[in-house]
Amino acid sequence: MRLTPEEVDHITLLARLELSPAERERAAGELSQILDYFEQLKQLDTENVEPTEHVLPINNVLRVDETRPCLSLEAVLQNAPEHASGMFQVPRVVEAE
Amino acid sequence: MPLTELTAYQLAQQIKTRKISCREVTNEFLSRIEEVEPRVKAFVTVLPDEARRRADLLDKRLAGGEDIGLLGGVPVAVKDLICTRGIRTTCSSKMLENFVPPYDAHVAERLAVEGAVNIGKANMDEFAMGSSTENSAFFPTRNPWNLNCVPGGSSGGSTAAVAAQEAPLALGSDTGGSIRQPAAYCGCVGLKPTYGLVSRYGLIAFASSLDQIGPIANDVRDSALLLQAIAGYDRRDSTSINRAVPDYLASLTGDVKGLRIGVPKEFFVQGVESYVVDAVRAAIDKLCELGAEAVEVSMPSAEYALATYYIIAPSEASSNLARYDGVQYGLRVAEPGDDIIAMYSKTRAAGFGHEVQHRIMIGTHALSSGFYDAYYLKAQKVRTLIRRDFEKAFSQCDVLATPTAPTVAFEIGSKTNDPFSMKLADVCTIPVNMAGLPAISLPCGFQNNLPIGLQLIGNLLDESTLFRAAHAYEQATEWHKQRAVVEKS
Repeated sequence: MRLTPEEVDHITLLARLELSPAERERAAGELSQILDYFEQLKQLDTENVEPTEHVLPINNVLRVDETRPCLSLEAVLQNAPEHASGMFQVPRVVEAE
Repeated sequence: MPLTELTAYQLAQQIKTRKISCREVTNEFLSRIEEVEPRVKAFVTVLPDEARRRADLLDKRLAGGEDIGLLGGVPVAVKDLICTRGIRTTCSSKMLENFVPPYDAHVAERLAVEGAVNIGKANMDEFAMGSSTENSAFFPTRNPWNLNCVPGGSSGGSTAAVAAQEAPLALGSDTGGSIRQPAAYCGCVGLKPTYGLVSRYGLIAFASSLDQIGPIANDVRDSALLLQAIAGYDRRDSTSINRAVPDYLASLTGDVKGLRIGVPKEFFVQGVESYVVDAVRAAIDKLCELGAEAVEVSMPSAEYALATYYIIAPSEASSNLARYDGVQYGLRVAEPGDDIIAMYSKTRAAGFGHEVQHRIMIGTHALSSGFYDAYYLKAQKVRTLIRRDFEKAFSQCDVLATPTAPTVAFEIGSKTNDPFSMKLADVCTIPVNMAGLPAISLPCGFQNNLPIGLQLIGNLLDESTLFRAAHAYEQATEWHKQRAVVEKS
């Protein structure tokens, strides 16, 4: 079943990927192909099967809530594309009055 | 014999007894890199200055009577998705081309404690997504056995470096076969440990419930040695297993009498070349000659593992890779006047290669509202069926023997237009990740001068039995002694 252009647009919006029209066309074909491949799983009866999230019986790993040494602000910001006043800088999010 | 032909174990012994210095060993491998690297292209970053400084420091400590660790003075190549403090770590992606981690991964710390010398960061498929290392955003790595062929992937730089004797050991990571399949293609010994045995702290995440770091080496002893150095509990990884690490070298007894080897018939069917089937069957016969016994087992759910994987891994990846948004680190692409959504979307379109974008979109769709039950939840349930098949098999045997990959290494470019046939390269390795089991690939023959891989799969946390079986087979055969001759192009 081929994905519609609207469905592909919805996926690229959720994934935050700006694709050209040609890339969107290619994505529609490739995604449709793999989704068809997934159809085979419908043959398996999983009605009363528990899902596996993790293979180990480890649950709710907790730690004591106390401060520990961490990276310096300088180290945290060293890879930031843009930063100012000790903060990551991004384009304006809130509209000006 | 040149130093580069010694095993890591031999190098560590000779350094310890002061027959050779760390500096000599590092220099030999750096010369070898200089000689063959222009043809093999295994490394994104070679670290000659850092490696020499480190070797000198280790020599000084050795002269002072210190124990410099299990890997004292042995060079190790490190896959470029393992964070190394102050050393560029790219994931072979434009997104992280200039990323310099401010901290070390747990395994990088372990290597330092055990005296290893980081000689360079190895090339890979971008974000570990691929089976040929052709998805590197920088350049493809070549197979040292035949420079026209791929080394496999995604840890192809790591396995090529070891096969070309540019490093005696390497670290890789394995989400669906990314250590074992390239190890098979390059004639190396590659181990994916039990999920949780090696800390993932500082491993750049692909699919968190599947990813595991493991050793790549020229023989089983070296594989055990490197695992010994990196295994163990780390509180910074919440899935890390907190229990004592066994002495893996002690498991290399050569004795496989009474060992029950399960042979799952579903791994020897369509798509697996007859020369691979013959080589793997001959390896099982050899183990039986040594005193093991073969039992046929069945894994009916295994054929669904590939589809299950292509839901679970991209789903987890779409979530993990959401962090690359041009804010905290990595690439940012924006034009004046762009709002934050436009900045995110341009950055991610420019920074990720095609395969990475493709998998992010699969995962985004599979997790999106209205599709979750049909895809992700269904896949997690099938995962349970696959686990049950393994549990049943291990009630009848101690290890499983299968091919590592259906073919030997293929030619560069031959599958890039058919991504689906590329995915089939992982059909024998993926079920193992689904169940979190340990598995090792080791050479068991050649076809057209290209290595064939035997995969042995063990029960949870039973790396010792894997090493014992693999070592016994290796000692009875000569495959691991053959080394690639890197052609002069």
